[in-house]
Amino acid sequence: MSQTAELKEREQKLQGMGTSLLRKEDARFIRGQGSYVADIKMPGMLFGAIVRSPYAHARIKGIDKAKALACPGVVAVLTAADLKPVKLDWMPTVGGDVQAVLADQKVHFQYQDVAMVLATDRAAAYDGVALVEVDYEELPAIVDPKKALLKDAPVLREDIVDKKDLTHGPRTHPNHIFTWEAGDKAAADAAFKNAPITVREEILNPRVHPCPLETCGCVASFNKATGYLTLYVTTQIPHLFRTVLAMLSGIAESKIRVVGGDIGGGFGNKVPVYPGYVVATVASIVTGVPVKWIESRIDNISTTGFARDYHGVGELAADKDGRIKGLRFTALADHGAFNSHVSATKFPAGLFSICTGSYAIPNTYCRVDAVFTNKAPGGVAYRCSLRVTEAIYLIERMMDVLAQKVGVDKAEIRRRNFVKAEQFPYTTGFGWTLDSGNYHAALDKVLKAVDYEGLRREQAAKRADPKSPTLMGIGISTFTEIVGAGPTKVCDILGVGLFDSCEIRVHPTGGVIARLGTMTQGQGHSTTYAQIIATELGLPASDIVVEEGDTDKAPYGAGTWGSRSTPVSGAATAVAARKIKDKAKKIAAHLLEVAEGDLEWEIDRFKVKGNPSQFKTMKELCLVSHTGNLPAGMEQGLNAVAYYDPPNLTFPFGAYLCVVDIDKFTGEVKVRRFYALDDCGTRINPMIIDGQVHGGLTEAFAVAMGQQLPFDESGNHLGNSLMDYFLPTAVETPAWETDHTVTPCPHHPLGAKGVAESPHVGGIPCFSNAVIDAFAHLGVTHMDMPHSAYRVWQKCNALGLNKR
Amino acid sequence: MAKTQKVSFKLNGKPVEATVEARELLIYTLREKLAHTGPHIGCETSHCGACTVDLDGMSVKSCTVLTVQCEGAELTTIEGMEQGGALHALQQAFHEEHGLQCGYCTPGMITRAYRLLKENPNPSEQDIRKGIAGNLCRCTGYQNIVKAVQSAAKKLAAAR
Ligand code: FES
Ligand code: FES
Repeated sequence: MSQTAELKEREQKLQGMGTSLLRKEDARFIRGQGSYVADIKMPGMLFGAIVRSPYAHARIKGIDKAKALACPGVVAVLTAADLKPVKLDWMPTVGGDVQAVLADQKVHFQYQDVAMVLATDRAAAYDGVALVEVDYEELPAIVDPKKALLKDAPVLREDIVDKKDLTHGPRTHPNHIFTWEAGDKAAADAAFKNAPITVREEILNPRVHPCPLETCGCVASFNKATGYLTLYVTTQIPHLFRTVLAMLSGIAESKIRVVGGDIGGGFGNKVPVYPGYVVATVASIVTGVPVKWIESRIDNISTTGFARDYHGVGELAADKDGRIKGLRFTALADHGAFNSHVSATKFPAGLFSICTGSYAIPNTYCRVDAVFTNKAPGGVAYRCSLRVTEAIYLIERMMDVLAQKVGVDKAEIRRRNFVKAEQFPYTTGFGWTLDSGNYHAALDKVLKAVDYEGLRREQAAKRADPKSPTLMGIGISTFTEIVGAGPTKVCDILGVGLFDSCEIRVHPTGGVIARLGTMTQGQGHSTTYAQIIATELGLPASDIVVEEGDTDKAPYGAGTWGSRSTPVSGAATAVAARKIKDKAKKIAAHLLEVAEGDLEWEIDRFKVKGNPSQFKTMKELCLVSHTGNLPAGMEQGLNAVAYYDPPNLTFPFGAYLCVVDIDKFTGEVKVRRFYALDDCGTRINPMIIDGQVHGGLTEAFAVAMGQQLPFDESGNHLGNSLMDYFLPTAVETPAWETDHTVTPCPHHPLGAKGVAESPHVGGIPCFSNAVIDAFAHLGVTHMDMPHSAYRVWQKCNALGLNKR
Repeated sequence: MAKTQKVSFKLNGKPVEATVEARELLIYTLREKLAHTGPHIGCETSHCGACTVDLDGMSVKSCTVLTVQCEGAELTTIEGMEQGGALHALQQAFHEEHGLQCGYCTPGMITRAYRLLKENPNPSEQDIRKGIAGNLCRCTGYQNIVKAVQSAAKKLAAAR
């Protein structure tokens, strides 16, 4: 065998970074042997089912449990009054507010948790729910956030009416939560005053729901003898969850074990700590037996972490060529009944200030006003870092609006305003330092791949033909994401910094076990992290086991959300592996009787420079590290743990292009083509990356084309089952074309950035831009999502396009 | 306690018996009484397909079938796909084509595809997309699922 062939074979054996290693986690799932929370069965286990409010806003005048308690199988009914003695009727939120665990005196949104019925089986628990009698006095509800701050608006939160401040600055109205601003208002205002061109558009990111296929649930098991609490729970953040439980319950954190198990998708929905978990936990503590609570789909959509509901206004000021000179973006944020939206402490509006996107924009200002309404609380990041979709949707839409006003092509307006490759690292007007990027190259590659000129010619011909039954739209989105929270100097939740961790143990025969603070929900962590270690340590990925989610086993970390796993834990993995490699090198030098500096690394071994027959493989070193034949003073073992505090976030980017054909008579939008180029820096497993991009684009398609949580004036949900809430099937879902460029992250040990959320963040504006572009020649500058056939038909009808 | 009755059927080739209330749905009997947790629950309203099982040669959503309707039936679930220690071609193909992420839809999806390929051993991409439209997946965007079904169809044809 030639030397290069031999090297290649050794490298292939590792199946390390850059290879499309098939997933290690599949083996159990394809056999139906996953272990999801709903699968857990424990001896003596009780089932909890929740009594929910039929009203969006009402006073509770009384709760009668008698009939429910008489129901066969029902063991207990818990209400706020029962939680009061243990001080768990209310809980603090990460947003600086408090939230009712079970409704106390008032309900603030429809389907709010009012009581939990505990029974010996699931059916009996639901029988009990039907028999709990709650006496309500309905109150006027606020559904439209624009009405929340009116002078005579009903006061929603009587419990905090005297609170001047919910930790994010002064409140100006009982229904006001905070006003947050960033940038330089005076400079932005001045830029607008002097600009020859300004554009303004009202742009809504409607209230949507991440809706993973598995709903939320838990099994709480408190052992009265030992005082230990174990919680099996659908959570993306097992360690932070344990910390929250310790804070809430007063149980020592060392006596709490949180287990994530297999999670059936999260997309942000499984970040918060929901009342159901807390009540189930209290119920187990009180009864001393395990308590299981699993949400129904309607509960899931109606009550758990919604996303968005940002009512935005975008304004850009530009010179006559469309070079942007100023930006003003504001949003009215509907946070629902309690301010329990998920965010790092210092970022009440999340990372909204990434709204300059991929563009070099001076004179920037943004502001978010958050208000209470009678809707479910929260606000989670649906497959994005918090408020990044909202921000990027605004800027990507406004770029099109500006292009139309200036009269230049929508690709050209982007080119004119991109941060140039040579400008990186580039600090935005809002203070984010974009570490790396190559935006022009990415866009050009996409335009070439789809023959952009040809598409525009085809579109022009269609527009010129009054007989054409279809409209053609071309959407472009050239987004920059911000992921991988985050540097502890700016990012914490409840005082805990958002670092992450990896612990690696190497066994004598070369098997490796790695444990991390993140929590996979389908992203393939067991495979990706194993590949990082395989390359770093020269040991085959097949022998590397990855564990996460069990807080008794894994080191502390902030979990998986905001595409932070690769940027933060992937980095921790590399750092921990490198510590091990450093030690192994010392052992190799000792065995080969040379100085460390005389050794070089080659795939899976240390060789003596200039004397290739002298080497020690990593596998040999694994065994030796467990003997006494070590350098003087060295301890046995090849283990390491790393806690990684990222110096900056990472800024993956991409260029997407979408072509749609719209039926003028039905309003149906057909996606003819979707081309997605992503740059996430170093690519660890291309197959998994493509899979994540497919999934993210499909969720973007869902949001842009059909998802919205509708309410009537009284705050009643009008679409909270899968009958109404749009989850695309294989039939509607377009075929995806993927591509990539590689611009490594300069501050990440592997050069990697996050990826799974880019297609969601970048995809949504791309679809919208395509649909609106189809109407652009008719003077249309904006249409709000979702672009369902009916809504698009309404536009066609209003413009008279459907007249034969 | 409500009235219960005994129901007997064949589950993955083995005779089984369960004592259920008339109102009990098949998915709960499978998951809670017969320890078959492969089929999942995503909606309980027949929309998501996570609970899909094969009942007398038809794909059904077991959240919308009463267990008492299954007397004497032949049921196949994901747990019955592996034969003699060998994975079914679909299971292998889902792995090879990266047709799953969180795995929650996977048992229902594979069980549905199993029946689809029996009904139509040589489906086009459109046939597959239509054929699995009753099974939702939130993770994969379907593209690799379609590829997996195509690849399994080819392998099964070659083996015939
Ligand atoms: S659980 Fe049966 S179709 Fe969704
Ligand atoms: S793999 Fe997660 S729902 Fe399909």
